[in-house]
Amino acid sequence: MTSSPAAGRALGGAEEGAEEPRTPAPLGRRCAAVIGVEDHGAYRLIWASDTRGPPDPCPGQFYMLATADRWGSEDGRPYLPRAFSHARVVSDPAPRVAFLLDAVGPGTERLGALEPGEELWLSGPFGVGFRPVPASDHRPVLVGGGIGAAPILALADELDSGTTVLLGFRSAAHAHGAELFAATVAVATDDGSRGRHALVTDLLREELDRDPEAVVYACGPPPMLEAVRALCAARGTQAQLALESGMACGFGACFGCVVPTRNGFVRLCLDGPVLDADRLETGLFEGAGQ
Amino acid sequence: MSLESSARRAASSAAATAAGPLPPSAASIELCGVRLAGPILNGSGTFDAIAAWRAFGDELVERFPFHAFVSKTITLEPRPGNPPPRLWETPAGLLNSIGLPNKGLEGFLAEDLPVLARLPAPLVVSVMGVDRDELARLVGAVGAREEVALIELNFSCPNVETGLEMGGDPSEAARAVESVRPLTATPLIAKLSPAAADRAAVAAAAVDAGADAVSLINTLRGAALDPRTRRPWLGGATGGLSGPAIRAIALHQVAAVARRLDVPVIGMGGVASGEHAADLLSAGATAVAVGTDSFRDPGAGRRIAAELGALERSHPSEGPRETLDLPPRHGKIPA
Repeated sequence: MTSSPAAGRALGGAEEGAEEPRTPAPLGRRCAAVIGVEDHGAYRLIWASDTRGPPDPCPGQFYMLATADRWGSEDGRPYLPRAFSHARVVSDPAPRVAFLLDAVGPGTERLGALEPGEELWLSGPFGVGFRPVPASDHRPVLVGGGIGAAPILALADELDSGTTVLLGFRSAAHAHGAELFAATVAVATDDGSRGRHALVTDLLREELDRDPEAVVYACGPPPMLEAVRALCAARGTQAQLALESGMACGFGACFGCVVPTRNGFVRLCLDGPVLDADRLETGLFEGAGQ
Repeated sequence: MSLESSARRAASSAAATAAGPLPPSAASIELCGVRLAGPILNGSGTFDAIAAWRAFGDELVERFPFHAFVSKTITLEPRPGNPPPRLWETPAGLLNSIGLPNKGLEGFLAEDLPVLARLPAPLVVSVMGVDRDELARLVGAVGAREEVALIELNFSCPNVETGLEMGGDPSEAARAVESVRPLTATPLIAKLSPAAADRAAVAAAAVDAGADAVSLINTLRGAALDPRTRRPWLGGATGGLSGPAIRAIALHQVAAVARRLDVPVIGMGGVASGEHAADLLSAGATAVAVGTDSFRDPGAGRRIAAELGALERSHPSEGPRETLDLPPRHGKIPA
């Protein structure tokens, strides 16, 4: 935790007395070498050597990424860096951070085309990550949808290997993302081409039927997060949701990534991206998950 | 990757990561009687030092990126800001519809000002009022605080009394400055609207009415449509364009205003390197603000200050002058 007086309740955001799961970022962006690339079906995992970054980002925190070369090509885009939660981190002997990529636009296409030996600009970790509840009190259930499996993987890496992980994907090609998990995971696909032909929230409902005391940690597309939120709210289940919103800066400067909560707008990059589900009236809002 | 780009990346990384306080990028400057260690500021609303303190810890103040810090604009009453989405990436730029979210005067004075006063740089507080009474209450209260070195009047706001933008024409700007000038001895900076028909005339009117400096350019109004629905993308329907996309406009407007005035001009608009800062200084600016580039690199202010310092050591500046009035003189075309 930072020793700065700016940390904590006095300056808005964190709850009184609560220790924020936030590892501070070095000031400024840094150049990191791409040291490995792994293809997992439709996804690509990019490993960066982050020698100047902290070895201990909290699962659910995120980084801002841009390629060092050819960022801004045709039509002058991409211009801004893109936000990604780290999917995996290895701290020894020097920090190496992995990001899961699915090419959906000019930024992710360029990042997804990175090869070992190329470099990327990186800043972070930013935001507040998942706040693990002691397992002795409640059993954690991890829920990931699509590319939202990334921070779920980082969290799973820090928890018991027997932790329940539920993953939902569009198709078998995307379901290769499940290979990254050390533990046995339950998989559902939209088209039934791998695992259960179901939504991941169907798996969650069954899990909560078995264990009503579980605590849910989820990341995925807005409709999935809204379904998780509604399901947990109806049952009084604690849930922490890692949300997504269009961002420019990642460190509270631009005020662009706000999401509506019961107490008004919050900057997702500063007070999120992980929010307690009961702070939200809905996981579906304008600008969510562009 | 070219060797040149790699070397530049390494040099710029090294400059930005050097320890200790921000090195004076050139000589220190004086801005309306306030001594700054160098000429690099942040544009209002483009860097939240309190949020950054949470994100970066004490490294923020140990290696503060700016020679003076400009607050986000505060209004009399708290504002939630515009509904999302608030951002749209454009070719080499950013369209934003943020809507001035802030805690209001009372919240700012009680919660934010004591923290901002601890930053290792003089503090500029930006204020905006929708009429002269609001503006007067803001300037009176902020100007009474000794932690505040300078006040910036954000004139990109419609005056509800007249329906005209305060920065939109010379008489509006003059009336607004005249009404607050007697209320404080703190220097006043008029933040001009780039949409005014004659920016230099607005600037001159603001200065004649008592403004001590002017700053420009603010964002330019633009729009974007959702590609799926062909409806406005931004929650506020339109937004302000910033970034490299507006740099050429900024250089022209800063030069035109600086030529007309003999008070300091703070230039901004798409600055992303020491070269860009040097351009604005050559065009007559006394100081330069970094805005959208901080979104790409939280340490942009520090990097740009270091690049500017290196540039000025290798090519000593002839000082601010009416650059755009000089006859063209060409070097090699940088194609």
